Amino acid sequence: MIITLSWLKNHLSTSANLSKIIDKLTGIGLEVEGIKGSQGELSDFKVVKVLKVEKHPNADKLKLCDVSLGKNKTIKVVCGAANARNGLITIYAPPGSVIPKTKMKLKVAKIRGVESHGMLCSESELNISDESDGIIELKNREKDIGKNYFKNKGEKSIDISVTPNRPDCLGVRGIARDLSSSGLGQLKKQPQIKINQKFKNPIKVSIKKEKNQGCGIFGSVYIKNVQNKESPDWLKKRIISLGLKPISAIVDATNYVMYDLNRPLHAYDADKIDQEIIVRNSKIGESFEALDNKTYKLQNNMCSVSDKSGVLGLGGIIGGNRSATELSTKNVLLESAYFFPSSIRKTSKILSIDTDAKYRFERGIDPDSVKLGLELGMCMILDMCGGEASKLSIVGKIQDKRPTINLEPEKFLKVIGFSMTIAEIKKILISLGCSLKIIGKKIKVLPPSWRPDIKEDIDLIEELIRIKGFDKISLVHPERTRSKETLSFKQKLFHLSQRATATKGYLEAVTWSFTDSRIDKHFSQGKKAIEIANPISSDLNVLRRSIFSNLIIYLKKNQDRGYPDLSLFEIGPTFFGNKPGEQQIILGGLKSGVANRKSWDSQARNIDVFDVKADSVKTLTELGIEEDDLHISNKTQDYYNPGRSGSINLKSANGPQLAFFGEIHPAIVSNVDLKEQNVCGFEIFLKNIPEPKKKHRLAKKNYSVSEFQKSERDFAFVIDKSYKAGEVEKLINEVDKDLIKKVLIFDVFEGGNMPEGKKSIAINVTIQSMDKTLSEKDIHEVSQKIINIVKAKTGGTIRS
Amino acid sequence: MVDLRELIQKVLQAKNKLELQNLKTQFLGKNSQINQEFKKLGSLAEDERKTRAASLNNEKQKITEAINSRFKELEKSEINQKLQKDKVDVTLPARERPNGKIHPVSQVIDEISSIFSEIGFSVAEGPDVETEYNNFTALNTPEDHPARDMHDTFYLDGNKKILLRTHTSPVQIRAMLSGKPPFKIIVPGRTYRCDSDQTHAPMFHQLEGLHIDKDITMGHLKGCLDYFVKEFFEVKKLQMRFRPSHFPFTEPSAEVDIGYRLENGRIIVGEGDKWLEILGCGMVHPNVLKNAKVDPKKFQGFAFGMGIDRLAMLKYGINDLRSFFEADYRWLNYFGFDPLDVPTNYRGLSR
Repeated sequence: MIITLSWLKNHLSTSANLSKIIDKLTGIGLEVEGIKGSQGELSDFKVVKVLKVEKHPNADKLKLCDVSLGKNKTIKVVCGAANARNGLITIYAPPGSVIPKTKMKLKVAKIRGVESHGMLCSESELNISDESDGIIELKNREKDIGKNYFKNKGEKSIDISVTPNRPDCLGVRGIARDLSSSGLGQLKKQPQIKINQKFKNPIKVSIKKEKNQGCGIFGSVYIKNVQNKESPDWLKKRIISLGLKPISAIVDATNYVMYDLNRPLHAYDADKIDQEIIVRNSKIGESFEALDNKTYKLQNNMCSVSDKSGVLGLGGIIGGNRSATELSTKNVLLESAYFFPSSIRKTSKILSIDTDAKYRFERGIDPDSVKLGLELGMCMILDMCGGEASKLSIVGKIQDKRPTINLEPEKFLKVIGFSMTIAEIKKILISLGCSLKIIGKKIKVLPPSWRPDIKEDIDLIEELIRIKGFDKISLVHPERTRSKETLSFKQKLFHLSQRATATKGYLEAVTWSFTDSRIDKHFSQGKKAIEIANPISSDLNVLRRSIFSNLIIYLKKNQDRGYPDLSLFEIGPTFFGNKPGEQQIILGGLKSGVANRKSWDSQARNIDVFDVKADSVKTLTELGIEEDDLHISNKTQDYYNPGRSGSINLKSANGPQLAFFGEIHPAIVSNVDLKEQNVCGFEIFLKNIPEPKKKHRLAKKNYSVSEFQKSERDFAFVIDKSYKAGEVEKLINEVDKDLIKKVLIFDVFEGGNMPEGKKSIAINVTIQSMDKTLSEKDIHEVSQKIINIVKAKTGGTIRS
Repeated sequence: MVDLRELIQKVLQAKNKLELQNLKTQFLGKNSQINQEFKKLGSLAEDERKTRAASLNNEKQKITEAINSRFKELEKSEINQKLQKDKVDVTLPARERPNGKIHPVSQVIDEISSIFSEIGFSVAEGPDVETEYNNFTALNTPEDHPARDMHDTFYLDGNKKILLRTHTSPVQIRAMLSGKPPFKIIVPGRTYRCDSDQTHAPMFHQLEGLHIDKDITMGHLKGCLDYFVKEFFEVKKLQMRFRPSHFPFTEPSAEVDIGYRLENGRIIVGEGDKWLEILGCGMVHPNVLKNAKVDPKKFQGFAFGMGIDRLAMLKYGINDLRSFFEADYRWLNYFGFDPLDVPTNYRGLSR
């Protein structure tokens, strides 16, 4: 909502200056978004006098004018207008100014070899009217030469962001009322209107009684024998200050009233109305050409203002071209109506129309302003265009749904924290337009008809503190106490795993929860895409099923920037359905490239499955799971390289899924077109990490270490390739839990002189007793057991 | 007789450990002269034997001492010689250590949680996919409310019943429905609006706060936010103003501005002649309490919501919101935080 100081002062007597008004507006919830105008483009245009006109030496149609800027200052301007002549007073745009119509910035330029300092303007160039034939001719303005043409335009306009609960402040008067209520001046009384209205409105109006009727009240007045014309300067300037274009006196008058009182009006050329006005629900298939020159096809139940020939316009949204007023219009029907917000909202949404009227009606127009609006609009038209007005005709009536609210002053204290006297409450509410009845300590309040937002006592409390000032509330310092843990177990896991992963060299990324379906499908195990109905772009069209979908896109982008060796991770939601809650938190990491690339002392090597295995296993143990409880198998998902990936489950192959790790499937890597094709990843499923019954510190076994000598023995077994190293390791571990302290696989060898289908595994076993130094014999016995069990379970033989 | 002086002289002249070892064998070994002398002791008379033995032992000790001391000398000089030769160029690059980073959003969430933990808030969560009811209707924003226009919503179905939450406020409803008052929660989370340009991202992060109890007033709201803002920006003096505003789910509603000044193009929060809006808040609307099965006659309180990304931008001087979500390795490295940098109250929120 844009207001100017002078317009505001039509409604408010105040001595406050602009900056005081701005501060107050913001202080009472009418946030000032910006101030425009003082340095604005329109203050550049000056009233000037053409002193002498000569023919341009190099062009027949151009003239060379000596132009007086007043104070004996004269410049030369090249002009093409036929009406440029000696003694003409017109408007001049200096170099540096911006022409409103073309948005072109002027500079000193040579036109056909002659320098021109700026230009003389037509009305069309200044957006004053469509008149483009010749430059503006001003009469009786000799005294203004050298001054700004747009005087009020030099005035600053204040852009106010009005919240959706305050339709009344979409009119200058509403803003003036709020300011006056807050003590910044006196709200002026609306002038009484007395017009001689003798004849009856000849156009019959009816609101059809039907379900979902969107119109409650339809007021109209018929004005005959008008002479439509351009608006006078003062009105044009106000219309321009709103950012609108002046059209004609009749249309400008309706716009003026809309912005003045938040009371939309509509003017019809009465001669174009076929017999009568019927406000009714539209039928599917009906259509009309609106004032924006678009043809709208209507559906059922849209509130249409019609005549015998069909739809004229959509009530409260937009009028139609068929009944539009023109400069030639002789007879006018002026409409001031009440349309229900829900109907306006529904229709405008379906048809995607946004107009000033629609914006106001959907927020709620004062139903009691029908008459005042008609009268004000009528007076303006009669003033500017002459003519004679009929009696007002107002059909329809709406139920007054305003509640009477019981306000208890203690409630204000209870919510806000300090008390307000009944006298002050009364003063504020009355100044806002409420009617009050005070019975003892109770106050009965009837809100004004222009405040559809006030429905209950809390709304009044808000009004009271808003006008009183939020700065009056004294703050209560918070108590530093805590009765509940800040984080739940799962939340702690989230934060711990995040930092645990970062300590392993991964950079944390935060990417969208949605992704490109073409990438997501690689990681979704064949499951259906979770589509967004209205995606922001076609490559962000689904909710991600996998944490890898976006990570791999950004891995590629970083590789394309020239960084092949990357470690990225994200912790966040992935989705498995489109219902609330069908999501889980996944920690996913991707790694690409080479370790020790270009190192002076270490051998470069491709990062591989064992890098991400280390990262996932280490992270899981940091999250509190015993390494012995991590069951590792090669049962993974189809987006991993099947031979180079693993699964980590809790305790057994069928235990809860803790993680996957491995090389990303080469087909995906090539499909995504990664430059550095060596890509590994891991995923940790936080929801499957069980909350321990006891805290880790309480669950720890008692500290005990052996004081006796330990022995190490190396074994090399030749076993079937099908046996996993981890299985052999586990077998040995279980041979003697007391004596075997550690089992370490330190070499694996296949091929060479190994028999087909066999491999050699070298294992280092640490043997130690808690209560004695083991003899050679004891150690030999354990070793023999190890050899026997491995042989029995796997058929593996000890290598000689 | 052993010529002690000559022997010691030889020991002192030994050039290396091997030579010294040979001398040791020669002077003190089985066949050494001194050993021969000891062997002869048995044939001597007792008196003479005693004196002779004492003198021999003395000589042996002197030789041993000389050898040991020479050994130490030689060892020292050998190490020194070795050190002379054994030199590396320490300006060569060190071996790589992994160097990961925490995203600024995560870091700021940790900071905020730490601050609110101190005054008894706990962290609650809710799903990113929400019902239209929880996101709007239950929050006193009925279907034809124009406030819905301010939220450009992503929908997951044609009927517009399932959506991506446009704010973290629906978690208020979920939290209240799943428990009994009092409620004292913060809710950091992802939120979504289908709006994308230089200053808007289709996904961003919000922090919701909710405190409901028997007698929580707007004064408590002011105190809570005053505490938070000062702690978060780590400044003691900070200007803050509450401006009346409108949110359907709170009443009275306010927007909160903090003072700042510009220094070399960077925003310095605290005092200054400019105001910056950082959050919206208010007293929870009775209709919201009713919808969440909390009796508004018995309980009341406040709620607030703020943009986490924006707070991170302000505190850490990040200019571009969209860069948060582009996972640019260089950006993450520059603006990311060391994982050891865990915000705590007693060690300080940030370095």
